[in-house]
Amino acid sequence: MTDAAELLDLTRKLLAAHPPATTDRDDFLKARFDAGLAWVHFPEGLGGLGAPRSLQAVVDAELAAAGAPDNDPRRIGIGLGMAAPTILKYGSQEVKERFLRPLWTGEEVWCQLFSEPGAGSDLAALGTRAVRDEGSGDWTVTGQKVWTSSAHVARWAILIARTDPDLPKHRGITYFICDMTDPGVEVRPLRQITGEAEFNEVFLTEVRIPDAHRLGGVGEGWKVAQTTLNNERVAIGGMRLPREGGMIGPIARTWRERPELRTHDLHQRLLTLWVEAEVSRLAGERLRQQLVAGQPGPEGSAMKLAFARLNQEISGLEVELLGEEGLLYDDWTMRRPELVDFTGRDAGYRYLRSKGNSIEGGTTEVLLNIVAERVLGLPSEPRNDKDVAWKDLAR
Amino acid sequence: MTDLLYSETEDDLRAAVRSLVAARGDTTALAGRAEAGSPYDPRLWNSLAAEMGAAGLLVPEKLGGQGASHREAAVVLEELGRGVVAAPYLTSSVVATQALLALDTGTEAVAALLAELAEGRRTAVVAVPLSAAPDGPLPDGSGRITGVADAATADVLLVLRADGLYAVEAAQAVVEPQTSFDLTRPLAAVTAGEGGTRLADAAAGTAAVRRGLLAGAGLLASEQLGLAEWCLEETVRHTAERHQFNRPIGSFQALKHRMAQLWLEVVSARAAARAAADALAAGSPEAALSVAVAQAYCSRVAVHAAEECVQLHGGIGMTWEHPAHLYLKRAKADEIALGTPGRHKEAVAALVDLQAP
Ligand SMILES: Cc1cc2nc3c(=O)[nH]c(=O)nc-3n(C[C@H](O)[C@H](O)[C@H](O)COP(=O)(O)OP(=O)(O)OC[C@H]3O[C@@H](n4cnc5c(N)ncnc54)[C@H](O)[C@@H]3O)c2cc1C
Repeated sequence: MTDAAELLDLTRKLLAAHPPATTDRDDFLKARFDAGLAWVHFPEGLGGLGAPRSLQAVVDAELAAAGAPDNDPRRIGIGLGMAAPTILKYGSQEVKERFLRPLWTGEEVWCQLFSEPGAGSDLAALGTRAVRDEGSGDWTVTGQKVWTSSAHVARWAILIARTDPDLPKHRGITYFICDMTDPGVEVRPLRQITGEAEFNEVFLTEVRIPDAHRLGGVGEGWKVAQTTLNNERVAIGGMRLPREGGMIGPIARTWRERPELRTHDLHQRLLTLWVEAEVSRLAGERLRQQLVAGQPGPEGSAMKLAFARLNQEISGLEVELLGEEGLLYDDWTMRRPELVDFTGRDAGYRYLRSKGNSIEGGTTEVLLNIVAERVLGLPSEPRNDKDVAWKDLAR
Repeated sequence: MTDLLYSETEDDLRAAVRSLVAARGDTTALAGRAEAGSPYDPRLWNSLAAEMGAAGLLVPEKLGGQGASHREAAVVLEELGRGVVAAPYLTSSVVATQALLALDTGTEAVAALLAELAEGRRTAVVAVPLSAAPDGPLPDGSGRITGVADAATADVLLVLRADGLYAVEAAQAVVEPQTSFDLTRPLAAVTAGEGGTRLADAAAGTAAVRRGLLAGAGLLASEQLGLAEWCLEETVRHTAERHQFNRPIGSFQALKHRMAQLWLEVVSARAAARAAADALAAGSPEAALSVAVAQAYCSRVAVHAAEECVQLHGGIGMTWEHPAHLYLKRAKADEIALGTPGRHKEAVAALVDLQAP
């Protein structure tokens, strides 16, 4: 097993062989991937070294200190946080070798074709159909997806579709990798309350997917999707952050620089949130230490719950603190951004964008149900939709 | 005794304003106009202010108004809040009008302007930032004043300078639109350092502006109430219709309790808002306290209701297409407008002798 000293050594060798100052960004990222320093807990040959996940920090710190370029995770969050762990767990060797490297370097952006107009919290009710060609074994997919972040810049998508409408809803779903350049894929922008169109509607009309791009067994897509969703919740809420690294950063800076805005009321509220943000950071760190190389379980949802609430409360307080300036907004122009930065732009943007944090990747209400039922083991509410064939459910 | 109910006349007025807003208050068109540069609908304003006479509710009949009171104006604001209507009612028909009423209305310039405002022929705004609290600092009118609500369409600016309060024709001032967080109540920077008609000396002018802001803060609570009420009703409607897991999402107890909780807040907000309107109408010595209580409470209720509305709509609540965002932005801006809840709590502290440590 690789230890910290060894990783440091490998990192320095990478830097010596490819000095960031004189190396093209893409070349550097590819070399870093090939050296196993992309995500050290991934297997050798796939950007990692089979090392403990916690040691990634050693590599990242050394690279940052040397001014090495990173892969801009804000642009490729869905690929890194959701597609990659799913491909790692369920992909064939060819699929892993084909997709993980350009995914990690950012050469290929990914999006997530899960939610549908009729299937949000109840994702398993989805109706997008995938039909198999008896001869080739390949698939034809038709349906509509919605709220698809980054679809307008994505090269590939992770997709779940219904392959057997006669089975109860959780059992007739299969998981695929979808080519966003297929002529049957149409992406239309959906504008958000921030003014931008970060997400999209995606219409799929007889999109061809080779069977080699299926992840997991036919009808096992729900299980595969759990890997994606559990990772998504950790990816959204469990980022490694320095102290004051998240939403609390901008307001803390404003507080220090603008004494004229301070009041007793705001001070107490800021301190409460500062403490909560710091504790949430520690809880995330602890979660990562527990994870080591494994996959996150439902406990990871707790991070996203805290993250969403804190982001909303802190940004709401920041707008209030700014007072007259909080009444302004930088720009409502409709754009289709290439990246998402929850803590970017101005306080008004942060306030509005953070409203999505308790909806995207599973709503706060749904995650609380997951904690109650899957972590605490409380009985679920009586359900009338689990053992009925999907085609017989009311819609 | 404080009358916290609605009179029959007030109910009739509400019905009239509500049907006007229903007929003209399309929120998609509103958002479209806001982006094109001006969210106002001149026809709606004309019907409301001139034809229905709502602009003159605070103004005595002998000065050309309706001779009604803050109670009726509050009802109008409830309805405008319900529809997130973009109209200079709070700024012109309440704050500016109230400020003018606090001056010597025997002065011809004051009386003439009041009559014009009351008839809905012209609008005026007091040149202070929307965030200015009744008891807070006021800007010096000789410089550039930012964050002035509804200034871009106002005909007249009431400007407080070192030597008095002036009425300045907007054409004589520089008014630069700003990008406001609340799309439905646009802000602008105003420079009106010279000229205009002097309406009062500095002391009387300052007192009048503060009086206008106090009435504005008190009646803003009614706008917040109407806004919260719409958010709750729309959320109840949506969650009763939207199905997930083979049942209406409103049948989940977790959501029911959230909406029931909001209902409780709206009921309380109504009492607070009515108390403020009634105290202002009666010229009660309690007015300052009633206003501070209403603002400290109703701001939070409106924000909470709008936030819940977005959340309980799920993805659709995050879209530009759904009107929830207009309500969220208005609610958040209203929280800062005319003094934050924190500021109003400090006012309460002073008024009821609960001093800070
Ligand atoms: C900014 C943003 C980005 C997104 N990006 C993507 C993406 O890239 N790909 C993708 O596939 N999806 C994406 N989504 C979609 C997101 O996953 C869904 O919006 C979410 O799962 C909720 O579904 P819904 O919108 O249909 O709301 P609904 O499911 O209709 O929920 C409405 C309300 O009901 C509540 N509710 C539902 N069921 C229950 C229950 N059992 N108990 C209690 N309350 C309940 C919800 O919590 C919510 O408050 C994104 C959403 C947002 C806001």
